[in-house]
Amino acid sequence: MSGSLDDMYREIILDHYRSPRGNKPIGRIDITSAGSNPSCGDELNLELEIEDEKVKDVHVDCRGCAISVASGSMLAELVKGKSIDEVKRTAEAVRRMLKGEHADLPEDSEDLEALQGVRNFPVRVKCALLAWVTFIQGIKNWEAGTITNKTTSTENTE
Amino acid sequence: MSTQPDTSGLNSHAVTLREPRRLDSEKIRADFPILHQRIGGHPLVYLDNAATTQKPREVINAIIEYYRKLNANIHRGLHTLSERSTEAYEHTREHVAQFIGGVKPHEVIFTGGTTDSINLVAYTWAEQNVKAGDEILITQMEHHANLVPWVKLAERKQAVLRQIPITICGHLDLSSIDELINRRTKLLAITHMSNVLGTVPPVAELAEKAHKVGAIVLGDGAQAAPHMPVNVLELGVDFYAFSAHKMLGPTGVGILWGREELLERMPPFILGGEMISQVHFDKVTWAELPNKFEGGTPNIADVVAFDAALHYLDNLGMDAVRRREIELTQYALDKLSAIEGIDIQGPMDAAQRGGAISFTDSQLHPHDISTWLDSKGIAIRAGHHCAQPLMRLMGKVATARASVYIYNTKAEIDYLANMLKEMRSYFGL
Repeated sequence: MSGSLDDMYREIILDHYRSPRGNKPIGRIDITSAGSNPSCGDELNLELEIEDEKVKDVHVDCRGCAISVASGSMLAELVKGKSIDEVKRTAEAVRRMLKGEHADLPEDSEDLEALQGVRNFPVRVKCALLAWVTFIQGIKNWEAGTITNKTTSTENTE
Repeated sequence: MSTQPDTSGLNSHAVTLREPRRLDSEKIRADFPILHQRIGGHPLVYLDNAATTQKPREVINAIIEYYRKLNANIHRGLHTLSERSTEAYEHTREHVAQFIGGVKPHEVIFTGGTTDSINLVAYTWAEQNVKAGDEILITQMEHHANLVPWVKLAERKQAVLRQIPITICGHLDLSSIDELINRRTKLLAITHMSNVLGTVPPVAELAEKAHKVGAIVLGDGAQAAPHMPVNVLELGVDFYAFSAHKMLGPTGVGILWGREELLERMPPFILGGEMISQVHFDKVTWAELPNKFEGGTPNIADVVAFDAALHYLDNLGMDAVRRREIELTQYALDKLSAIEGIDIQGPMDAAQRGGAISFTDSQLHPHDISTWLDSKGIAIRAGHHCAQPLMRLMGKVATARASVYIYNTKAEIDYLANMLKEMRSYFGL
């Protein structure tokens, strides 16, 4: 392990973990997407309500570690009210950031930067990725008009 | 403990029987080079022994010495080195036979690991003997290694896979055992010690019941063999599988012991060199036991080095190993269960269980526990421990697991308990 513990468990992350945003059921569900990291036992279910090509509401139900819960909570906070195109770019940027690639994060996302500390804990990167990859997959399926029961995982990818 | 053996030490480890005695962990620790390092600035506290154990200097040296002085392929060369390496390899087989209760050496098959051993039985004995409608009985606390092969076998054969349930305390619930073991039961495949709960099921009693209905019994000894005296004949099983790397030996060596009359009737599993008698283009006859089941060049160096691990355990005495672990495990159970918010899974009486202690925190995910403890130098395992059905039954997605072995100390358990308390305050609990 190369990072300090406080780099990963920043106060912002612990705050999202203790009171995750978007944890209430939503009225209408247009997109559902399930993700899990079997080796951790992290499980995440994502539900989105879409209206006028925008994410009207979001529900993230994550049973997992502090990092995966906090990351899902940040996602819920960030995608609500945004256009599909916008959140797709954000999700892709977060994915790149966590993988240590150059990423342009949106301006209203300073919480997300707290997730960067996770990069120093390689085995935990997949925890932080789970919500975002599950989200990207959900949008992909929705755009392709496919409904799938397949669970997305961030393990053994790339 | 003795220091490094010379090459002759590879071949001639007599089994010494001693009265159970108190083991001196500090003295034992001196034999394990890896333990003397710092992780993140803290002394390493290695509590992931159910996953794999560390290796004493004798085992490490045996691997080096093998490659320095003995290396040659076995059973075929007519030159001196080949004869010597064959002798060393076969010596370990004899040692294993002795270690598990004095069975016939040719009943001991070397494999790649416990998983390999169980798959061998699934694809040979079970493939031949299990038919549609037959029942295979396992328990709800099996490791995937003793579960997935039977799930797939049941699918292939349209057989029925049944499970002995567990009680809330983590013991087997034997209230309906006389229905579960019935005339349709072909195989009882059962762990001899749970890698999650530590539970030691009454294998001998269940084997006797299974034999009364004509079933065959396979014991998964991956967790038991390293931690307690095992006599497969007294246990009354027909097959017994375990791994060298969980008992001080190298990785990549597994053992399958089977009763001769069963092994004789089984077809080989891996086909190729070493396992044949006569090969023609239209006909092949199999080699005698044990070679029939050891197709291809085996893991010679690690098998040879495993002898040094067995010798190390012989010197301690498995009774003494078990006694020390009961003491350490009970100490850990008492310490950890006293921490607010920490919940231990499995039996709380160390005399009835092994030293793998699964625990959860009412608030924190096991991965956060593991990462946090790692930052303090403590290695534990977190996850589902290759026992997903059991996790579901317990209503958990994962647990943290601390597992002790002969070189762990009470001071290390105290440190673990203190760090768990510190962790809870760090996370504001």
